[in-house]
Amino acid sequence: MKEEDPILVYKDIAKIYRGGNVAVEHINLTIHKGDFVCLIGTSGSGKTTTMRMINRMLEPTSGEILYNGQDIHKTDPVTLRRHIGYVIQNIGLMPHMTIYENITLVPKLLKWPEEKKREKAKELIKLVELPEEFLDRYPSELSGGQQQRIGVVRALAANQDLILMDEPFGALDPITRESLQELVKNLQEKMGKTVVFVTHDMDEALKLATDIVVMDGGHIIQNATPKELLSHPANKFVEDLIGSERLIQARADVTTVGQIMLKNPVSITPGRSLAEAIRLMRQRRVDTLLVTDDDGYLKGFIDIESLDNRYNKATSVSDILNTHIFYVTDDVLLRDTVDRILKRGLKYVPVVDAAGKLQGIVTRAALVDVVYDTIWGDSDDTDSETSDEPVIKNLDTDAPNDKEA
Amino acid sequence: MVEFLNVHGSELVTKTWEQLYICTIALVLGVIVAVPLGILLTRFPRTAKIVIGIASMLQTVPSLALLALMIPIFGIGKLPSIVALFIYSLLPILRNTYIGMEDVDPVLKDSAKGMGMTTIQSITQVEIPTAMPVIMAGIRLSAVYVIAWGTLASYIGAGGLGDFIFNGLNLFQPDLIIGGTIPVTLLALLVDYLLGRLEKRLTPVNQRS
Ligand SMILES: Nc1ncnc2c1ncn2[C@@H]1O[C@H](COP(=O)(O)OP(=O)(O)OP(=O)(O)O)[C@@H](O)[C@H]1O
Ligand SMILES: [Mg+2]
Repeated sequence: MKEEDPILVYKDIAKIYRGGNVAVEHINLTIHKGDFVCLIGTSGSGKTTTMRMINRMLEPTSGEILYNGQDIHKTDPVTLRRHIGYVIQNIGLMPHMTIYENITLVPKLLKWPEEKKREKAKELIKLVELPEEFLDRYPSELSGGQQQRIGVVRALAANQDLILMDEPFGALDPITRESLQELVKNLQEKMGKTVVFVTHDMDEALKLATDIVVMDGGHIIQNATPKELLSHPANKFVEDLIGSERLIQARADVTTVGQIMLKNPVSITPGRSLAEAIRLMRQRRVDTLLVTDDDGYLKGFIDIESLDNRYNKATSVSDILNTHIFYVTDDVLLRDTVDRILKRGLKYVPVVDAAGKLQGIVTRAALVDVVYDTIWGDSDDTDSETSDEPVIKNLDTDAPNDKEA
Repeated sequence: MVEFLNVHGSELVTKTWEQLYICTIALVLGVIVAVPLGILLTRFPRTAKIVIGIASMLQTVPSLALLALMIPIFGIGKLPSIVALFIYSLLPILRNTYIGMEDVDPVLKDSAKGMGMTTIQSITQVEIPTAMPVIMAGIRLSAVYVIAWGTLASYIGAGGLGDFIFNGLNLFQPDLIIGGTIPVTLLALLVDYLLGRLEKRLTPVNQRS
């Protein structure tokens, strides 16, 4: 569905002010119906400029913008604006008009009949959970948060599908901001509105956006989903904007097992002798060996206990091979693996690829690092606890296995 | 006082009426010209400086001189007086309209435009209502000026309460001077009061104190 109906397309848009002051340049952006796009960046990066060209509050110097497939330059700006919701930071309610008149301003411009306007106003004031009596009040008789609620629903009064918001909640206290964020998120999710939202606040963007457009110096640096942004920030600038703390906290949520596993785990093939197995254990200082076939497919494991018990009767690794082994694939989210390892009391988990080839191992020690980072931040003094070699002491083979090799 | 009223009573009424008549026409013309001009000037800031400069200069021409200057053009009587008073009324209205419109919160203009108001709609539905207290203050100021200076119109034969005052001055009759001055003062106060009431009605509820 996404690919079918772009509601907005920027084609190589530039806005250059007199004197060669470049506000934005080479803006290429496609926005689909139902998207929640957050424009984020430092002050002066061109967010407002980019947004205000949509409803022709600003005219681009070059390039074109398509709205529902139509070049907006060829449409009447007044008509265009009446069909695009617009919410600004300073709320911009008309102080000399009642809340009712404010809400129904665009419907009035569109010459809706009185009953239809009344009905709409009642519907909208209910939507933001304010009493109907407020319709007869003036903006100055409402709190800032209540005013901005009205500011938001005013942008919906004429059933606009596209809503532009320029830092709408910047001036609000955290609790009010949160409830308004929920309101606009609902509008987008339940009513299918498309929202273009300018913000300074990365938390806000991560929470609301389906797409985050990072801007710097008038250019788009990265356009990605929140998840992609956190897992693959395009460069240092984006990383800084996200902040190291959030990156770490997000790590467990977006990191896959493959990204943190220790590669080249100690393994052996079934045909080897037990003597060789012991030598390997001694040499690498581990008490368990993963067993793979010659092509690297995981078969099971052997540990020092069974080796000790059956050393006299058995001769090769295959004789004491334990095939009851819990493993994960490398594309599984770390978050889920952490849970399993901790709940099952496992000391390590082998990691295989989709075909079943051994790729690496996740040990408790590696998890400690991730958890440590999450709680204390990125810190170098974790190094001492990290060893390149997995130190596997004993494996709880009685633990229920999800998968068997 | 009673004696004065007995002698000059009916004359007082006619002269007051004359004065009111001249001043009202001058003021109404002033509003009709200066308010739209002031609004227009906000769209041309550079021209605005020049126009307001010219209006300020006209304001400094001594009133008697301005009245006298009207004679070669319009002769004597009511017409030249009205023209002269009209010119005087322009500046306060023009300046206040300009300032009032300039001072309208740009956020409101942006909001009006962004919601799809035409320029005219934004001016009539948002900017003028918001600037109304300042515009009205200019009109009130003009009204008081015009009524006060209207007494001088008698000098070029326009009649009005100035007739009492000039007669009093010529004949050394203080009661005539006072009999002309008090009604002018009262008239000015009354008009100012009435315009004040009007201003209240026109002022957006939220800005009333
Ligand atoms: N009218 C103008 N004339 C000249 N330059 C301008 C004008 N308006 C904006 N700019 C410049 O364009 C650049 C982008 O401005 P814009 O308002 O889009 O930034 P922004 O990302 O919205 O910043 P903020 O977060 O501070 O709102 C800035 O460098 C600004 O100085
Ligand atoms: Mg901005």
